[in-house]
Amino acid sequence: MKKILSLVMCFILTFSIVACGSKASVNENINEESEVFKIGGIGPTTGGAAIYGTAVKNAIQIAVDELNEGSGINGYKIDFRFEDDEHDVEKAVNAYNTLKDWGMKMLIGTVTSSPCIGVAEETFRDNMFQITPSGSSQECTTNPNVFRVCFSDPDQGKASAEYISSHNIATKVGVIYDASDVYSSYIYDTFVANSKGLNYEIVAEESFTADSKTDFTTQLNKIKNAGADLVFLPFYYSEAALVLNQANAMDYHPTFFSCDGMDGILTLDNFDKSLAEGVMLLTPFAADATDSLTKDFVAKYQSKYGDIPNQFAADAYDAVYIIKAAAEKGNINPNMSYGEICDVLKNTMTEITVDGLTGKNMQWNQNGEPEKEAKAVVISNGAYKVLD
Amino acid sequence: MSFIVNLVNGISLGSVYAIIALGYTMVYGIAKMLNFAHGDVIMIGGYITFVFMTDMGISPILATFLAAICCTVIGVLVENIAYRPLRGANSLSVLITAIGVSYFLQNIALLIFGPNTKSFRSVVPFSAVKFFDGKLIVSGESIVTIVVCIIIMILLTLFINKTKLGVAMLAVSEDRGASILMGINVNKTIALTFAIGSFLAGIAGVLLCSAYPTLTPTTGAMPGIKAFVAAVIGGIGSISGAFFGGILLGVLEILSRAYISSQLSDAIVFSLLIIMLSVKPQGLLGKMNIEKV
Repeated sequence: MKKILSLVMCFILTFSIVACGSKASVNENINEESEVFKIGGIGPTTGGAAIYGTAVKNAIQIAVDELNEGSGINGYKIDFRFEDDEHDVEKAVNAYNTLKDWGMKMLIGTVTSSPCIGVAEETFRDNMFQITPSGSSQECTTNPNVFRVCFSDPDQGKASAEYISSHNIATKVGVIYDASDVYSSYIYDTFVANSKGLNYEIVAEESFTADSKTDFTTQLNKIKNAGADLVFLPFYYSEAALVLNQANAMDYHPTFFSCDGMDGILTLDNFDKSLAEGVMLLTPFAADATDSLTKDFVAKYQSKYGDIPNQFAADAYDAVYIIKAAAEKGNINPNMSYGEICDVLKNTMTEITVDGLTGKNMQWNQNGEPEKEAKAVVISNGAYKVLD
Repeated sequence: MSFIVNLVNGISLGSVYAIIALGYTMVYGIAKMLNFAHGDVIMIGGYITFVFMTDMGISPILATFLAAICCTVIGVLVENIAYRPLRGANSLSVLITAIGVSYFLQNIALLIFGPNTKSFRSVVPFSAVKFFDGKLIVSGESIVTIVVCIIIMILLTLFINKTKLGVAMLAVSEDRGASILMGINVNKTIALTFAIGSFLAGIAGVLLCSAYPTLTPTTGAMPGIKAFVAAVIGGIGSISGAFFGGILLGVLEILSRAYISSQLSDAIVFSLLIIMLSVKPQGLLGKMNIEKV
């Protein structure tokens, strides 16, 4: 009984603070320590996918620092905390609970697809607003409280098919995909489905699984024998590095085309970059683009972390500004519960238009999917070059 | 023609399994324990070579040798700290400890070398050999792996049968109790076994990473398990069995991937293990041990 009473008292107290806050001018609250938006992030900063999580963490930090130096979100400062999930569902859910205990009001994450699906179930149950920078699996945004910055996997498969066809870069296409991975299988499925009736032919479809991801000679041999002049590799760069190496060893030099999972191959420690020469990948962000937003971001990222930011970093940076836009449209404040904030943001997300690093005039539909244009880059002299 | 190409690829993959399986079978044969951390010692060997070669610029052959020495030290330490106190315990406790050591080594590697994939440059100095106008390409790495595998096999057999220490090992493996009575220092003999097994793991690590040049803290895990299967198929405890088991496994994996299904290849390989165990539990070249009461 006492507990309930104290809870009620707490509630009343909180409510009165909210009431006071709303009377005072919102912009004056910026220096108040207690009134900050607590934004949590989850992603792999260790393990095989660490390159993505680290990029996301760093980029969010840059965006948060920028906002904290400026006007914040709706006049309030931001407190940011990032938890590691090692690209593992169970650890991601644990990280989510840790952040919730910390007082998180909005979640940016998770970075990779499978953990994202797991966490999305939790955020849906709690009614916590979630925006994933790069969780591209379709299931990530099934629930109405989840939005994403990047393209979904099906959209990447479709965009790849359209890109290859409209730019006439192949007549015979071979595909290798990771059958044990959602990301890879989804892109593969939509790529094949959307390739029907286009100006190229899929001559070989080969797969591998997580347990046999070292030797690709058989798959490459079949594709080579089928006469493919383009090989589509919709999976992550660690395996792609082996594929490139083995194709080179067997003297097979087709065009390699990949999606955002290939992003990171150039940062692979000690990797022979000449192997990746001519590899094309679909990405909404290229660090060598010349617009001022990109230049500014790349310079900041480089001076702070000594690395050239990848697409994941750009997605994450945009995620912070997307939250800002949606939050200010809905005029939310940190004293609202995460459920209340989520209810507001769910609606305002579909009303905003954001210009970011990963696209101009990005808009979101009810399903949480972004609407923006697909771009591709080619690896040339060990760096990305934007393609038209 | 494509069959021969696949066969050669299978033998290349199999040679990697074989060289790892040699370490498994050696330790099992003498210490009668499954050292599940073997795959991770291989991974450590890969990392050490990587550091010696890329960061310190030491020549590949010297780096390999130094990595093998480091692995030997690690193997002996692991045996001393983790396995020796459990000498009298039942085999399940030892097995669980070995799994613990395996995760320990993986996480240590994660801490020291970081999570990012490292790209390994091959230590093999000569390039691939081409036959039939470049239709059949045999990589330098597979040739070296097979040759090294055979050399190790011969040396091990000679060592075990011709030297005093080797005979002591044989004695310990046949009857530990009796060998103590004959004045053999069992602890020293088993430590020596681990030293040799880990030395081989160091070399295997370098060859594995040369053939499949990416390096992460879990690099050794899956090849380790497959090599263990190879050792069981070949007859665990038998040195030549490990070699043939490895080659057989590699060839089967590649052929089933090429002619049946690339997704089912692992299922096929592991079904083979089940069939093998039910038909010939001692493996291809293993000895049948009848437990006497």
